[in-house]
Amino acid sequence: MKQAEIVVIGGGPAGLCAAMSAAKSGAGVLIIDRNKSLGGQLVKQTHMFFGSEKQYASTRGIDIPEILLKELAKYKDKVEIKTNSTAVGFYEDGVITVLEKEDKYYKVEPKAVVVATGAYEKFLSFPNNDLPGIYGAGAVQTLMNVHGVKPGNRVLMVGAGNIGLIVSYQLMQAGVKVAAILDAAPKIGGYLVHASKIRRMGVPILTSHTVKEAIGKDFLEKAVVCKVDEKFNPIPGTEITFDVDVMCISVGLTPLNELLAMRGCRMKYVPQLSGLVPVRDENYETTVENIFVAGDASGVEEASAAMVEGYLAGLCAAAKIGYKPDDFYERRKDYMNQLNNLRSGPAARHILAGLDQIRR
Amino acid sequence: MFEKTGIPSKEMVMEKFPSQDRINKGPVAIVECYREIPCNPCETACRFNAIRVGEDINNIPQINFDKCTGCAICLSKCPGLAIMIADGSKSEDTVEIKIPYEFLPLPGEGQVVKGLDREGKHITDVKVLKVTNPKSFDRTPVITIEVDRKFLYEIRNIRVEV
Repeated sequence: MKQAEIVVIGGGPAGLCAAMSAAKSGAGVLIIDRNKSLGGQLVKQTHMFFGSEKQYASTRGIDIPEILLKELAKYKDKVEIKTNSTAVGFYEDGVITVLEKEDKYYKVEPKAVVVATGAYEKFLSFPNNDLPGIYGAGAVQTLMNVHGVKPGNRVLMVGAGNIGLIVSYQLMQAGVKVAAILDAAPKIGGYLVHASKIRRMGVPILTSHTVKEAIGKDFLEKAVVCKVDEKFNPIPGTEITFDVDVMCISVGLTPLNELLAMRGCRMKYVPQLSGLVPVRDENYETTVENIFVAGDASGVEEASAAMVEGYLAGLCAAAKIGYKPDDFYERRKDYMNQLNNLRSGPAARHILAGLDQIRR
Repeated sequence: MFEKTGIPSKEMVMEKFPSQDRINKGPVAIVECYREIPCNPCETACRFNAIRVGEDINNIPQINFDKCTGCAICLSKCPGLAIMIADGSKSEDTVEIKIPYEFLPLPGEGQVVKGLDREGKHITDVKVLKVTNPKSFDRTPVITIEVDRKFLYEIRNIRVEV
């Protein structure tokens, strides 16, 4: 059995910030991440981030892991990093089981845990949605921005949230033609500055539209879309056919936090936070003592909020096991203010409504 | 409609523009940020305190056209690529417009490219005067184009045909 003071599960924006924050307070930290390298989804985000200076606004997402890892390196005596390692179980006695590189299996017993496991993509049901050429937006970003592979030549983007809009823009930057962006909602869900920059490239955005079916023999050849009414029912006779070889599904994310449910944390379904999330207090501690959550695992939001949640959860987790720095209250207040500031506008109204439902 | 299409109306665009007099005096920034989002790098980037967002970073940036020098630092820093610069001091018939352009190939200086409006429609051909892409712009090249004055409120993008 491996011993650890704080285990951070997931080395994306929230996890890296949680680890840094806890190590800064003096706690020993073990980061477990299933990927080959740290950074989570940041490694695919070629666009500049929103927010303010403290959340690295105006810096491209792909450059943020390096900044965070450099900062984390200051505490290298305190931090151990395990990549290629998946936390596969989290048991009632507080033990975490880890599978490293599919051949090493071991147990860890930490004093406190920050679960920062992120989210997974939702998919859409329609006839032939399993044809090759139909991808989730995350896969398209991984192909393009991590491996430098064009996913196809002509894309229909399904979903006009921030991810759908950003990935459309990135596809165009990669030289891929985007035929249209559609969304079943009557309004564009993502930031309108993103929508405008795609629209002025000549790409139509079709709100109140959904996918009727995909057509193709061995791979996607055509996509049929149609209009929907206010109740999201397809309107017959409104079909449009697009000749596309890629359909990119970007219809939202769901928090990935089965480990917390397994450990016995009280979970609640909150639509505004995009799914099942743990009930937690203002320090991001769940209903199980010393088990914290941060980032999309606690409710789907922007990466800027995920980073601040990580700082806050890491600070509070360290304090709970005896590492309470002199400036604890100052730091905690700063992180809380940053979160309030990020969430105070109309773009985050649903987040506040969601948070009201899970406050311990 | 803006919420459905991403295309701001003419009235919305006009509201963000300074007077013709101000444009004729020299370069000035036009910040096309129409909806409140949590973001303030334009304010942080401005060395002349010409852009104010304020304590609540969701506020829509307010620009003081008298303080703005049109230096274009904010243009490269805006994550939404929502800022352009207009300069009407060089000629009576044309204006110089600076826009962000993050696509390859970049146009060459002197090249004539397609001028597009906010829908991406080709409205006129424009001449590229300058391509600025220093390290500090962090891979957001800024293109200066010469545009017929009558397209001042329409021009917003270019297409480089290969």
